[in-house]
Amino acid sequence: MPFIPHTEDDIRTMLEAIGAPDIDALFDEIPANLRAPGLPGVPPALNEMEVGRLLAGFATRDGRPLNFIGAGAYEHHIPSAVWAIVTRGEFYSAYTPYQAEASQGTLQLLYEYQTMMASLTALDISNASLYDGASGLAEACLMAVRANRKSKSQRILLPAALNPTYRDVVQVIAGNQNIAFELLPYDQKGGQTLVSALEPYSGQDITAVVLQQPNFFGTLEDADAATDWAHANNALLIGVVNPTSLAVLKPPGQWGGLGADIAVGDGQPLGVPLSSGGPYFGFMATRTEHVRQMPGRIIGRTLDLDGKPGFTLTLQAREQHIRRSKATSNICTNQGLLVTAATIYMSLLGARGLAQVAGTSMQRTQQLVDALTRVPGVRLAFDRPRFHEAVLLLDRPVKPVLEALARRGIVGGADISARYPSLGNALLVCATETRTLADIDTYAQALAETMRNSAAAA
Amino acid sequence: MKAMHEKLIFEHSAPGRSAEAQYPQVPVEAPIPAALRRAGAPLLPEVSELQAVRHFTRLSQLNFSIDTHFYPLGSCTMKYNPKACNQYAMLPELLNRHPLAPESTGQGILQILYELQEMLKEVTGMRGVSLTPMAGAQGEFAGVAMIRAYHKARKDLARVEIIVPDAAHGTNPATATMCGCTVKEIPTLPNGDIDLDSLRAAVGPQTAGIMLTNPSTIGVFERHIDDLRRIVHEAGGLLYYDGANLNAILGKVRPGDMGFDVIHMNLHKTFSTPHGGGGPGSGAVGVSERLLPFMPVPIVGSDGDRYRWLDEKDLPQTIGRLSGFMGNTGVLLRAYIYMRMLGRDGMQRVSEFATLNSNYLAARLRAAGFELAYPGRRASHEFIVTLRREAHEWGTNAMDFAKRLLDYGFHAPTTYFPLLVPECLLIEPTETESKEELDAFVDAMIAIRREAETEPDKLKGAPWTLPVRRLDDVRAAKQLDLTWKAA
Repeated sequence: MPFIPHTEDDIRTMLEAIGAPDIDALFDEIPANLRAPGLPGVPPALNEMEVGRLLAGFATRDGRPLNFIGAGAYEHHIPSAVWAIVTRGEFYSAYTPYQAEASQGTLQLLYEYQTMMASLTALDISNASLYDGASGLAEACLMAVRANRKSKSQRILLPAALNPTYRDVVQVIAGNQNIAFELLPYDQKGGQTLVSALEPYSGQDITAVVLQQPNFFGTLEDADAATDWAHANNALLIGVVNPTSLAVLKPPGQWGGLGADIAVGDGQPLGVPLSSGGPYFGFMATRTEHVRQMPGRIIGRTLDLDGKPGFTLTLQAREQHIRRSKATSNICTNQGLLVTAATIYMSLLGARGLAQVAGTSMQRTQQLVDALTRVPGVRLAFDRPRFHEAVLLLDRPVKPVLEALARRGIVGGADISARYPSLGNALLVCATETRTLADIDTYAQALAETMRNSAAAA
Repeated sequence: MKAMHEKLIFEHSAPGRSAEAQYPQVPVEAPIPAALRRAGAPLLPEVSELQAVRHFTRLSQLNFSIDTHFYPLGSCTMKYNPKACNQYAMLPELLNRHPLAPESTGQGILQILYELQEMLKEVTGMRGVSLTPMAGAQGEFAGVAMIRAYHKARKDLARVEIIVPDAAHGTNPATATMCGCTVKEIPTLPNGDIDLDSLRAAVGPQTAGIMLTNPSTIGVFERHIDDLRRIVHEAGGLLYYDGANLNAILGKVRPGDMGFDVIHMNLHKTFSTPHGGGGPGSGAVGVSERLLPFMPVPIVGSDGDRYRWLDEKDLPQTIGRLSGFMGNTGVLLRAYIYMRMLGRDGMQRVSEFATLNSNYLAARLRAAGFELAYPGRRASHEFIVTLRREAHEWGTNAMDFAKRLLDYGFHAPTTYFPLLVPECLLIEPTETESKEELDAFVDAMIAIRREAETEPDKLKGAPWTLPVRRLDDVRAAKQLDLTWKAA
């Protein structure tokens, strides 16, 4: 019996102790009319060798194409040490550290993580994780409504240049609580959110302004101006940031005169594999004054009975298992194992390594843009400074081009035309430090040939 | 020798040190306009690769885990996580696939997810499954959001009240609030069943639905589920199944056959994906016929032998998206591998042996003089011991027993939940534990009970042998120390 240790003797002895004739008798409180006849729709068992072959077959079928997509998930080098440690049973098979004394490893690691994230975002405190960046932003919007006591309107401004899936998720998660989201347009030439678009809201009751830096197009925003506008209008500023970029870009805590109030984002770039979309993790940092409005687990350092320092879950009075219907969020299990990966990743790279990854990724993206815009029919959409992504405009629909590239083993970018119809045929591309000049050249040649062939066909 | 204390990683730092094999060494100056540049480097560790490896390995040794200790945390299903599930989920092709890569480059992973949806439909008896929720609480959110969307689509706008039993998980009422619903609690009878008279009085034209765990959080099967379903459905409400305790009934009774309209499953419980020190979880949802149009997207569909994502265009009434991409795919992969290794028979053995272990442990503890909270009932995959007598006679409460168990090398059961049983331990052994391990746990409980009578300070001061002794939670909350600062 796979994973079940009982011998026939064990079963007999145990049933005797219980006083039951057989195992089936243990289910005698379930009404007979509801008993399932079995699970014929589930296939028969495979042993480990067979399941290994099965999975290897699926994996081989998908292969390893050369990837140039970012759009919220970024392919960075992950040091071998990261997942070698993460998958140690002591981290992998433990649970939420409810018994603090038996979970000091996880708790201390989370405290170290909170320290790193607070510093990276230049804010006071961080929680121990949320599910991902998109749902994290939804939680940040709900938090802003609780935290901004000067505002009654529950109106939140979202940039059109914010990752559009984040907009969708925010609407789904926060939309049931009577929060109104209004859209801020972006500059068609530069791709940045227009600070002038905030002006019509001046003097109105706005609860929070969201700004993504770099934004979905990779363009760098004028975060100082947006932050100062928000504070001048009694609104909170929520920054959505890429953690890699914070090694080189001004962090949310340094935006404008007072700094952003809440920073959120997806922690995936910090040592978490792409893995078809997850598991990743969301991070959230804020100022100390808002700590009681923050959702999710928070770890604190305290003393034990002997006066020795130790770590524990704290401020649990915010959480669902205590406050129930009045909790800051329903979140319980979060993404602890991914935070473990990120903490080890940040420890290995340090500030210098992370800045090198950020700088090299920016450089590679510039080289990619240079190479691809030399292909006839391809031009750059926006002229403002960017981080490690760029929008290219094609002279024909993007999808067939991407399909043709995929047949050549290249995943050429994200087709964002449907989400941004005013851009036309828009392709969002990304190159990180993992792409070499040869990779970029391979892509540029393949794109040139693809464009030539389809032009010839047309 | 196991580590008992480890400095903070920052205290290992020396300026200028890092793991230089791990990032590009050619110096680059990021071309960023001065106004957008970071001032001052972030406080990240400056350590060698070995220092980092040693530090985090030592930290890991300060943890209890399933791989190292019996971990009978009630309601959490801390069963063995087969190593194969991790190994084969981490094949490079699966790890490196970008979620937005064309479907033509992901037919393998899409087929896996499609088959997982089909298997979960079969084991739950539901008509549709969406894998996208990232944890149980998000699955709950999806479920209640679908219930709301269903009523709204029928212009039945007054239905905003969610009924929960008083023993429900805290996530249930918290979820209802997040979905813009109000919460009404109904009591549990002394025998563990729900008070149907209270339920009858509670339902009405305002009822959106009821959230139930079955077996319930007190570890017994709700025997009148048929009546309960009739009451709620006849009042126009829907039934939500909290899958926290699905391990108890896998293959024995299906939520769909019990008449539930929507369920979430905790794949990190029932289907043995890792708990990871607090996640990642995965909270796939299953629905009945009438909720099919409202499922969260994306979902994997199949056109013959091609697989593709179904999105808002395919399900125009969907509640929408809950994550940046498609949920915790890596967790789903591990659940898939686990289910394939168990197969149809192994899946039924899960509930059989989880229930056998639980009833055996309950019987032995009872014989040893411990008081069961529901002695007249069959235990499900978990059961409750109440230590109210021990607390009354010797002043040793459930937390003292829990902490002392740590000294004996056992992770403590869940304490003080559900709230309606005083001084309780909620004990869930799971099917993967051997009789020897259960017997050793009983021996420890008996020894601790003897200590409670003769040397109660041994309990009140526990734990004595762990990296730290009992921690001052009040100080932690009052003198907040949430980040390290250089002295």
